[in-house]
Amino acid sequence: MQSPTLLALPIVIPLLAGALSLIYWRSRKAQRIIGVLGSTGLLIASGFLLEKIWREGTLVMHMGNWHAPFGIVLVGDMLAAFMVVMTGVSAVTTAFYALGSVSKQHEHFGFYPLMHLLLAGVNGAFLTGDVFNLYVWFEVMLVASFALLILGGERAQMEGAIKYVTLNLVSSAMFLSAIGLLYGLMGTLNMADIAMKIGELEDTAMITVVSMLFLMAFGIKAAAFPLFFWLPASYHTPRVAVSALFAGLLTKVGVYALFRFFTLIFPFEGTLSQSLMVWIAGLTMVTGVLGAAAQFEFRRILSFHIVSQIGYMLMGLALFTPLALAGGIYFIAHNIVAKSGLFLISGLVFRFKGSYELKELGGVYRQYPMLALLFLICAFSLAGLPPLSGFFAKFMVIRAGVEEYAWWLVATALAVGFMTLYSMVKIWAEVFWKEQEVCHIKPPRKFRGGTRVMYATVVMLAGLTIFMGLAMEPLFRMSMMAAEQLLDRNGYIEAVLGVTP
Amino acid sequence: MITLMSFLVGGLYAAAIYMIMRRSIVKLVIGLVLLSNAANLLIFTSAGMTREAPPLIPVGAMAPEGVVADPLAQALILTAIVIGFGVLAFAVVLIHRAYEIVQADDMDQMKDTDT
Repeated sequence: MQSPTLLALPIVIPLLAGALSLIYWRSRKAQRIIGVLGSTGLLIASGFLLEKIWREGTLVMHMGNWHAPFGIVLVGDMLAAFMVVMTGVSAVTTAFYALGSVSKQHEHFGFYPLMHLLLAGVNGAFLTGDVFNLYVWFEVMLVASFALLILGGERAQMEGAIKYVTLNLVSSAMFLSAIGLLYGLMGTLNMADIAMKIGELEDTAMITVVSMLFLMAFGIKAAAFPLFFWLPASYHTPRVAVSALFAGLLTKVGVYALFRFFTLIFPFEGTLSQSLMVWIAGLTMVTGVLGAAAQFEFRRILSFHIVSQIGYMLMGLALFTPLALAGGIYFIAHNIVAKSGLFLISGLVFRFKGSYELKELGGVYRQYPMLALLFLICAFSLAGLPPLSGFFAKFMVIRAGVEEYAWWLVATALAVGFMTLYSMVKIWAEVFWKEQEVCHIKPPRKFRGGTRVMYATVVMLAGLTIFMGLAMEPLFRMSMMAAEQLLDRNGYIEAVLGVTP
Repeated sequence: MITLMSFLVGGLYAAAIYMIMRRSIVKLVIGLVLLSNAANLLIFTSAGMTREAPPLIPVGAMAPEGVVADPLAQALILTAIVIGFGVLAFAVVLIHRAYEIVQADDMDQMKDTDT
């Protein structure tokens, strides 16, 4: 297959699957089959894409054969391919888990078309090489996520959705304003073209203003320190399959955009924004984990942990060495796996016990030892115990911090690791270990089948986090390659524009 | 002209932020409408306020002659307006449903899902 076609497939497949499941709106069975086939196809295509980029380097596709900087380009470098593969993993687990967990009513409201649309938006954001196009893909993703969030229309969902929608619209408006100012400055919106020309600009004050606007916009989307309050208010309200998809993917798109912009367009090296990012990373870790420590609801604890884990990824970006960036990238992949796994486990616990409140739960270990084991694997991975993927992710980031003598950041990261372990132990003790005291809670209804397929997806994710720990060597090389490509701005510009800057 | 536009855009941003900060969810949506329009106008001004010919290329030529208006900024706001309009339509429906379910127009009564 021609390389550019392969580059478009991760966007085309979910769009096509979404359109097909719209056509088969009335047939529940057809939608399920399309959901599984579409997401599996996406994973396979992204695997091929990763392999191709691994061998041949950055791929570029000029849409409609209009060459950059005039046409729109899709650019696949190692980071983008890595993220697309993780989207594929997330898509497959969600599609299979949904087979067992999403009710008839939700499927009737269009769960599957929205899921595919969300995936198309996410992949588009990863692969595009044009700033305005990034905005468009962000919006595609957001609209799908809005609708998924309120699927079911419960009171909590409405309340969460208002905050989520408002904050995301504010962030989009900021993003748009920043694009406008950037276009006014540069006269171009192609990322490589901007990267090439931005060094020649004399008005550095204006560049700082624009970069801060981008930082704010992506910071809201990534749920970084002062801007994260919408996340714990909304992420625990929808169905678990949706929560897991959100937890795995949406904030990571913001983190990806930060990685892309602050290496390519506004390189960090020794600027004010780098020291700002160090603070943001540290405070994101601390506030997230402290928020989690105060919670007694399964999914809210997990939501706050998303925030604290974002801090580790931003720490990788803030340190700005190849090892740190590689650690950040590997952390994103690890987090998608471990966090989705934990959310899916919370859904299984709810199915068996009928509650998410830690106080009301208990005794799961005695009844469902297998589930308890899976929880332990994912939780230990999140807390960073060897030999699971979380250990290596944290190790890389912290090692990079030690090399840069960023002692405060390293100390924070270590302390937050312990705090994470503490709240995982809290969940373990309350949900799995202690005897259940109150027995008035009943499971929502007798579950009819589907539990096995839900188990299978969790087993897959837990297996993946073990595998990512054991197969560290190739993954490490892959993330190092991605980091080196990020730092090699000239390589990116040359690949897209075909000229040596 | 450019001074007028800067005051207009700035005023829109200020009004939008003020409205978003209010407690009523209807005012919140009005704030979002103003905000998206402010951003659109900002993009519009970013290409410069030139009153020139449309960028049409004469038959046989390879490039437009003389000074032309920048068409890209207008293409950008066209997209931004469409997207903004769609998202706002969603927001309006959302607050309507939220009002029906919560039975209140007050953000202070929508704190159940906060920490």
